[in-house]
Amino acid sequence: MSTANDYILRMERICKAFPGVQALENVDFTLKKGEIHCLVGENGAGKSTLIKVLTGVDKPESGRIILDGEEIQARSPQHAQALGISTVYQEINLCANLTVAENILIGREPLKFHSIDWKEMNAAAIEILHRLLDIDIDVTKPLSSYTVAIQQMVAIARALDITSAKILILDEPTSSLDANETQLLFKVMRKLKVDGVGIIFITHFIGQVYEISDRITVLRNGILVGTFETDTLPRVELIAKMIGRSLADLDEMSSIKLESSKRIAIDAILKAKSLGRAGSIKPFDLELHSREVLGLAGLLGSGRTETAKILFGADKPDTGQIEFNGKSVTDFSPLGAIKRGIALCPEDRKAEGIVDDLTVRENIILAVQANKGWFRYLSTQEQYEIADTYIKMLNIATPTADQPLKNLSGGNQQKVILARWLATNPQVLILDEPTRGIDVGTKAEIQKLVLKLAEEGMACLFISSELEEVLRTSHRIAVLREREKVAEYSGEVDENTIMHAIAGSEI
Amino acid sequence: MMHKKTPLTWRKITENRLFFPLVALFLILLFDFIFIPGFFAIENRDGNLYGSLIDIMRNGSTVSLLAIGMTLVIATGGIDLSVGAVMAISASVAGILMNPSALKSEVFFVTDPTYTFQPLWIVIGVALIVALFCGMWNGFLVAFMKIQPMVATLVLMIAGRGIAQLITNGLRVQITYKPFSYIGQGWIILPFSLYIVVFVLIVTSLLTRKTAFGLFIESVGINFRSSFFSGIKEKNIKFTVYALCGLCAGIAGLVACSNVKTSDANNIGLFNELDAILAVVIGGTSMSGGRFSLVASIVGALVMQAVTQSMYALGVPPFALQAIKAVVVIIVIMLFSEQFKGFVRNLGAKKKEVKP
Repeated sequence: MSTANDYILRMERICKAFPGVQALENVDFTLKKGEIHCLVGENGAGKSTLIKVLTGVDKPESGRIILDGEEIQARSPQHAQALGISTVYQEINLCANLTVAENILIGREPLKFHSIDWKEMNAAAIEILHRLLDIDIDVTKPLSSYTVAIQQMVAIARALDITSAKILILDEPTSSLDANETQLLFKVMRKLKVDGVGIIFITHFIGQVYEISDRITVLRNGILVGTFETDTLPRVELIAKMIGRSLADLDEMSSIKLESSKRIAIDAILKAKSLGRAGSIKPFDLELHSREVLGLAGLLGSGRTETAKILFGADKPDTGQIEFNGKSVTDFSPLGAIKRGIALCPEDRKAEGIVDDLTVRENIILAVQANKGWFRYLSTQEQYEIADTYIKMLNIATPTADQPLKNLSGGNQQKVILARWLATNPQVLILDEPTRGIDVGTKAEIQKLVLKLAEEGMACLFISSELEEVLRTSHRIAVLREREKVAEYSGEVDENTIMHAIAGSEI
Repeated sequence: MMHKKTPLTWRKITENRLFFPLVALFLILLFDFIFIPGFFAIENRDGNLYGSLIDIMRNGSTVSLLAIGMTLVIATGGIDLSVGAVMAISASVAGILMNPSALKSEVFFVTDPTYTFQPLWIVIGVALIVALFCGMWNGFLVAFMKIQPMVATLVLMIAGRGIAQLITNGLRVQITYKPFSYIGQGWIILPFSLYIVVFVLIVTSLLTRKTAFGLFIESVGINFRSSFFSGIKEKNIKFTVYALCGLCAGIAGLVACSNVKTSDANNIGLFNELDAILAVVIGGTSMSGGRFSLVASIVGALVMQAVTQSMYALGVPPFALQAIKAVVVIIVIMLFSEQFKGFVRNLGAKKKEVKP
């Protein structure tokens, strides 16, 4: 049994409310020295709020935070850092155009005769990276020349070096990393663990939770579900605790898929012939059929999003042509696509999907209204009818249709974007990473919905970096590698084959 | 799902867009009520009403007109610095069409109040079309050439007064044509220019709220990439708001030059673009774009004018006026900061007992 003294951090009975939401209710959280502690939960569970309370972004209404035996209340993230609590966010806030060394030592550059001692600075940066993280890279190159993973390491190194951090918070650091990069990050985390740093790790990837963590704390709807030893908690139970319902939903789905894959595809509704765009995607052929989900697999940067945008018609191709229902497409614009009956849920929900200050209702009717134009404005009555239909159909959690979209959680925002497109009544639905950064429960809901829509006659293109998800949802799978379509599979195919196609290696 | 109106609470009231602009206006009028005797007196002369309050509305009409167009531009995340110059251009066009003597480089004073070179509808029509073209030029630069709004409209802000001078041959044009002076100086119980403001406000409100135009403006202002992917032609939206802003500036220019009976390319609309921008800010529209309220902007314009009018009434010398106005504006803007707004909103909330 551990005594209270083992804990480097204790958060006791933390409460925090936002207008209309109890974000945290009497949540306890503990962190040991040299521990990797995963914080998991669906979107809107209160993970971010807990971190914000700890790092001084938000003030708790009640509760105590005890760091190293002393009660603290961070006033700001800077203050938290001074206390020994460092945070590395999903979006890296470093200067991409400066060198690695500059980024690590910015504001604390070693000086010689009132100017920066570059030699000393580079040496210091190399030393810091080696000592703290055990990685060796050329620190004189600009940060942007490195992968996101390395950039994240640099952010960690900087965070750790400023003060001797007791606690490191990693907020979804792996969401944009590939498998190798993730391993690199894990190596660093293990090293820090040995050095005695307590790490709070937030992730949506259950596999990673089991790979790296010692303990898991599960939150749901602002309430602590429990803290568990990772070794003693089976995965299925963890997911059940996170979503608070049975996993029968997920099983049910595979049977739907098998049934619908028996369908014989009729003529292609969308046909791409040697379609390509310089610097974006090499020419490819692709067909989308009604009543079928085509999965698009490939690594980040393999040209998945580019393929989606060119098929949708937002990007104009240089070569080849698209045929929609047998007719050649000439109008390359989102509006043209809507008029044809194609919909695209973009990958970058924040930048290209949501209009956060508008209400849920206005967000849902936006594409329909764009198609109707300025002067055939939907009456308020019609707007509510459309919005309410989809809020009910997609089970969108919002108090009213008049709620600003920014008040909703990520998963619900994604559903609103989906609703916006379903409201246009499309024949082809392109979903670019529709499940990124959203909780397990909503993920399953969206996968089920895609299959149901295909069942009802829609042609779907499903893009995801989670191969398992692509396999589970698609009837046919195309694989992209280095901005080129390299393979296409239909019928029975195993995960291994596709992995090799993605990696470009022989079986 | 039910869409019932929630009961009126302090929070609901303070969250209304009009709340803070109206409070600001009220405070200034309260100040006037206490310190300036007779400020609220309204005189009835032959059925027409006169007084300081009426003057605020009448003198505020040019900035109000500018604020209407400016609100739409700012709601898309842009800004139009050229409206003052466009006012001058519109005034010069109108002036020269009524009194072309300046073109002959010989200034003769027309004293005949019935004389005009072109009929009134051509004078107004051409002036407004020219102003519309000025706005379209701005819109073209911003929407299609992707030039930053501040830079794009700065071009016309500087060049506009030069163009206005070219039109009038560098001279000030006297306007004596009686029917034209009615625009700025006529009264039908209330000043005629007030009816113009109300008319433009109603037309613009209908245009933005009874069509999808307003929704598209807000959507583009909040997130133009999301709007683009949703099929909104964001370039067309931007182009249109700048064109409308130019048109509003043109109307304001006619009111202004009718009021002073002169087309003075150097002084008409001078610094009015800044007043209009401030009016929009006081009206609560974010400079980064998004939600807008035309009525709130008009209240903002009245706040600006009420400050000026109060200073006149207090006998503040004209040279000190700008400095004092700036101080008042700073106070008003600080009252509008999110911190202060949050403080006021929470006044109504019940204090939670904090137990030790």
